[in-house]
Amino acid sequence: MWDYTDKVKEHFLKPRNAGEVQDANAVGEVGSMACGDALKLTLKVDEKGKIEDAKFQTFGCASAIASASALTEMIKGKNLQEAEKITNQDIADFLGGLPKEKMHCSVLGRQALEAALANFKGEALKEQEGKIVCECFGVTDLEIERTVRENNLTTVEEVTDYTKAGGGCESCHDTIREIIARVREEELPAVRPKLSNIQKIRKIEETIESEIRPSLQQDGGDIELIDVIGNRVLVATRGACAVCKASEITMKSLVEAKLHEFVSQELVVEEVKE
Amino acid sequence: MTTVYMDNNATSQVAPEVLEAMLPYFHDLYGNPSSAHTFGGQVAHNIREAREQVADLLGAASPEEIIFTSCGSESDNTAIMSALHTEEGKNHIVTSRVEHPAVKVLYGHLGKNGYSATEIPVDKEGRLDMDRYKESLSQDTAIVSLMWANNETGAIFPVEEAAQLTKSRDILFHTDAVQSAGKIPIDLKNSSIDMLSISGHKLHAPKGVGVLYVRKGTRYAPFLIGGHQEHGRRGGTENVASIIGLGKACELAGKHMKDENTRVRALRDKLEQGILARVPSSRVNGGGSERLPNTSNISFESVEGEAILLLMDEFGICASSGSACTSGSLQPSHVLRAMGVPFTMAHGSIRFSLSIYNTEEEVDFVIEKVPPIIQKLRDLSPFWKPEGQVCASGT
Repeated sequence: MWDYTDKVKEHFLKPRNAGEVQDANAVGEVGSMACGDALKLTLKVDEKGKIEDAKFQTFGCASAIASASALTEMIKGKNLQEAEKITNQDIADFLGGLPKEKMHCSVLGRQALEAALANFKGEALKEQEGKIVCECFGVTDLEIERTVRENNLTTVEEVTDYTKAGGGCESCHDTIREIIARVREEELPAVRPKLSNIQKIRKIEETIESEIRPSLQQDGGDIELIDVIGNRVLVATRGACAVCKASEITMKSLVEAKLHEFVSQELVVEEVKE
Repeated sequence: MTTVYMDNNATSQVAPEVLEAMLPYFHDLYGNPSSAHTFGGQVAHNIREAREQVADLLGAASPEEIIFTSCGSESDNTAIMSALHTEEGKNHIVTSRVEHPAVKVLYGHLGKNGYSATEIPVDKEGRLDMDRYKESLSQDTAIVSLMWANNETGAIFPVEEAAQLTKSRDILFHTDAVQSAGKIPIDLKNSSIDMLSISGHKLHAPKGVGVLYVRKGTRYAPFLIGGHQEHGRRGGTENVASIIGLGKACELAGKHMKDENTRVRALRDKLEQGILARVPSSRVNGGGSERLPNTSNISFESVEGEAILLLMDEFGICASSGSACTSGSLQPSHVLRAMGVPFTMAHGSIRFSLSIYNTEEEVDFVIEKVPPIIQKLRDLSPFWKPEGQVCASGT
């Protein structure tokens, strides 16, 4: 038996807003009977863009019914901009969480909402333009990509729990793996944009001025930028630093560290003796 | 809230007589049957009695053909793996598309490990395609494993006829009789079946004990290797109390066989007809097949099984569903899919499985409670139209 929260059970046993809004001006229908769950969301949006009424019809299990009931509660009285921001995780959170195998019920809710809002605006749904990856459940690459990104998914199993994709004949598992890898790659920490030479030199000067010189000057020393050749930063030390035996260490520990932090990891500092 | 238990194909209550027979083996008679002293040795004597009781229910020629195991799955695995050992060189194995996971998943595993597995299809009523079955048998076939009765629909396979076809071809024949033992007569001494599995907890014995019948003279290799227990055919100290319980349960099942096939069958039929008459667009899966007397698998169009189960649960009614959501897989039961049950029906399937402990009042209670539950869910469903027709675009 599934471990449902009391809130899920409550929304399943006493669904809120079941039925159809008679004078609906936004309708979203997602899922299918073949897939095992389907949701039809009907909304009445007033002239100010506020969701005045919302009702649902669900074919599906307890958590599908509860997710749809929860969704209608969440969006009633909201304006369209607020409603647009609701994610599947928000629906699951509203219900105090869903078993992971049932997360697709919350995704179904988010999809229905999106479909209804697109219907209101007279737009086509972006996800539907994608290429079908999972033939069994009719899930597109765009839908998988989006769910992986929004829910930070890392395995095929998770993708199946959230979208159903891969839960049938399993022949699309390799493709799902590729999509996960692609999304994960995008999300690697952004590489600092490459600087032009002028920008690089300017940043080095700024960093020396604001981050390095003050501390050297405290010790009666100073530093001067001589040249930048590629990633080689040629500097000369002045004052106390010039005669200090530890100056080489100063270079490595302070100057280079600061330049790495504020400019680029690739810089190598060299001291020029004049 | 009282429990109305109609999920006996999942597990059954331990019969009070069975529990009573078992209790002494936890305190007074706790000896090891392998011990040399009288205290332990007497237990071995009682296990022999239990073996005879099981042999009687199965109509086995000798109690020595009974091997006690830990469960039905162990019995199934032992039989199939034994055949692969003794029939070394043969690479073909045969089964049906509707087997219990204990066989189905094992066959799938073997299929990935060098064996060629044939799954015989069934028709829309769950009947085995005997022509395809005959065609599938070859010189290279090591074993056929076909369930006697289906756990989801109760549909009965003609296992005796199927076993005879293997005899002339020197192919081993195993049947998973977990659901049929105790519900329909079995007479192994006049049979061509080589190996047969049963499970204690399906016939009012406890969980954790099963039996593998191996016909005398059948080539056999043990699965669980260890001590000399079960004549060296299954290592491990005997689960004494449960074995005694299983023996008693088999004796009781023999006595109740008539009741099962008359009174329980009548209750099942009343339940089925009562629900079908009150719920439009519902049907029995496998109803056209010869069936177990206790099982009814009913599909309700345009609703989903897990939701039905949870609403029935509010009234204490226990049953099962072949819907995707119940199992945690995403597709409805492989049995219903093999039978070609349309998806509009497959997702909304409920299995009721009765036992001798069910009463007519319970059946009436379920007949009263189920129709409004289905109606409630249909009112929520976008596919259900008041006139009772499924939306044409419901794909």
